[in-house]
Amino acid sequence: MLRYLTGRLLRAVLTIFLVITFAFFVLHLSGDPAMMILSADAPPESVKAFRAAWGLDRPLWIQYLAYVWNALHGDLGNSMRDGRPAVQLVLERVPATLAITVPAFLLKLVIGIPAGIYAALHRNSAADRLTMMVSVAGFTVPSFVLALVLVLVFSVQLGWLPSAGSDRPTSAILPIVTLGIAGAAILARFTRSAMLEVLGQPYIRAASAKGLQWRTVVVRHALPNAAIPTTTIVGFMVGTLIAGAVVVESVFAWPGIGRLLVSSVSNRDLAVVQVILLLVAATMVTANIVVDVVYGWLDPRLRRGGARGR
Amino acid sequence: MDVKGGVRRFFEASPPLTLLALAWIAFMVIVAFGADFLAPYSFTALDLRARLHPPVFMGGKWAHALGSDELGRDVLSRLVMSIRLSLLIAFFGTMIAAAFGTAMGFVAAHFRGKVEAVILMLIDFQASMPFLIIALAVLAFFGNNLVLFVMLMGLNSWERYARIARGLTLSANEQGYAAAVRQLGASNLRVYGLHVLPNIASTLIVSMTITFPETILLESGLSFLGLGVQPPLTSLGNMVGYGREYLTRAPWIMLSPAAVIVLSTLSISIVGDWLRDRLDPTLR
Repeated sequence: MLRYLTGRLLRAVLTIFLVITFAFFVLHLSGDPAMMILSADAPPESVKAFRAAWGLDRPLWIQYLAYVWNALHGDLGNSMRDGRPAVQLVLERVPATLAITVPAFLLKLVIGIPAGIYAALHRNSAADRLTMMVSVAGFTVPSFVLALVLVLVFSVQLGWLPSAGSDRPTSAILPIVTLGIAGAAILARFTRSAMLEVLGQPYIRAASAKGLQWRTVVVRHALPNAAIPTTTIVGFMVGTLIAGAVVVESVFAWPGIGRLLVSSVSNRDLAVVQVILLLVAATMVTANIVVDVVYGWLDPRLRRGGARGR
Repeated sequence: MDVKGGVRRFFEASPPLTLLALAWIAFMVIVAFGADFLAPYSFTALDLRARLHPPVFMGGKWAHALGSDELGRDVLSRLVMSIRLSLLIAFFGTMIAAAFGTAMGFVAAHFRGKVEAVILMLIDFQASMPFLIIALAVLAFFGNNLVLFVMLMGLNSWERYARIARGLTLSANEQGYAAAVRQLGASNLRVYGLHVLPNIASTLIVSMTITFPETILLESGLSFLGLGVQPPLTSLGNMVGYGREYLTRAPWIMLSPAAVIVLSTLSISIVGDWLRDRLDPTLR
């Protein structure tokens, strides 16, 4: 297990390093930031001064080495727009994003998992069909459409909730519900098929045959086994807490990471985009490692062999 | 992730649904091909005397059957053009992903060793990052160019094909037929193109029905954010993004493209499920 974890950590570091490299080269090869920040008709002297100030006049590989060196020292550069450290700019937005993604995540768990389990236990019932119909809709309706429909109903028609902004406590409700519904649909679908798979296994029949109550069979034998595949998708959802709300934040003018990303991308603010990419990668990688550890805890077979879960 | 099991059961419960889905897809394809003939006006034509006219079903006139927008542009004409562009982008995106991904899968399975390790690492990397974030970074920094945008859509799901093609090719190489043709002196290109590919094609085709709607959703999401298809071109996501500004006064601008997106992705999912049952019973 320890050897396995060390390997995982090494791969995680490699992934993050790849992301830094990818971000650096994509962003630097794609255009001249000096031209994007200054206007196209800026005098040549100021373009030159800008390049010198940001180190853009040096060869690309030196810029890259300097970037990695500084990144290792916790310095990821300053925003080219307002000159403040990019890391600070991004971290300021994290609480706002978490304020909607964490409640939405809980909403997904609270609705999605019970709905999936219920549907699996009552296969082919009306409730099962209804759950599945709703969840099919949940992943074919894009989040921006869902968001706008909710705004249309609850803000425009009924006037109950604010349509955008973050100035009132009720402002967070629509973004949370939008994110939560879509995720709950996916989770319900996934939990249901994991449950059905487990319920079809011989050990479930054996447990019933030896006279256990159905309730005990479900709680003691089916649920723990179905939890294993469900952990994967839940772990992935944890990984998207930081950047899973790009579209929804934009619709509701919510001042989080997602909106910062969209505005930095249209302003071509290299440093800020790089920091966000890195933050997202780090979150995803961490979530994956946590999932692997949880796997080992849930599935004793993996503890000994040190083999991968999937 | 078995996101399609429910669609399948849904279909088994009511088979006419597949026919409806097929009919909708056929309708969309006809609209896309006939866009020039079907659009009553030019999609950029302004009619300042007919601004924000409601559609027929909300008490408007037939002159603008689906209403008009702030500049008096006909929503129906814009919708028809948007359907064409969105379907084209999704189609080429899916094709690129399938071709590139399958090729990578073949390469990984053929060379094994280091080549395979690198490809597997790329697959893991792609699967571990939300593609919307990668796409946002790449797109805005390379500028907005339709060709690049389509290529980017093609990068979206290549790893799914690569993984499937690699796995299936490894097992095909174990089987007699690939070894037999190789013994007969066939080149690698011939073995993979003419013998392995037809044997694994059904699984790949089923994957396309999963990635096609994903590509539509990705394209419309980016265009909605204003970072995808750029004006004067118009796509379904653009229309929804534009319509959002007029949500209170003119919801019809946003509702018709939104409905087309939902109906199309839903239809393709339903048909994909049906195809999966026909072509590839092992995927159930």
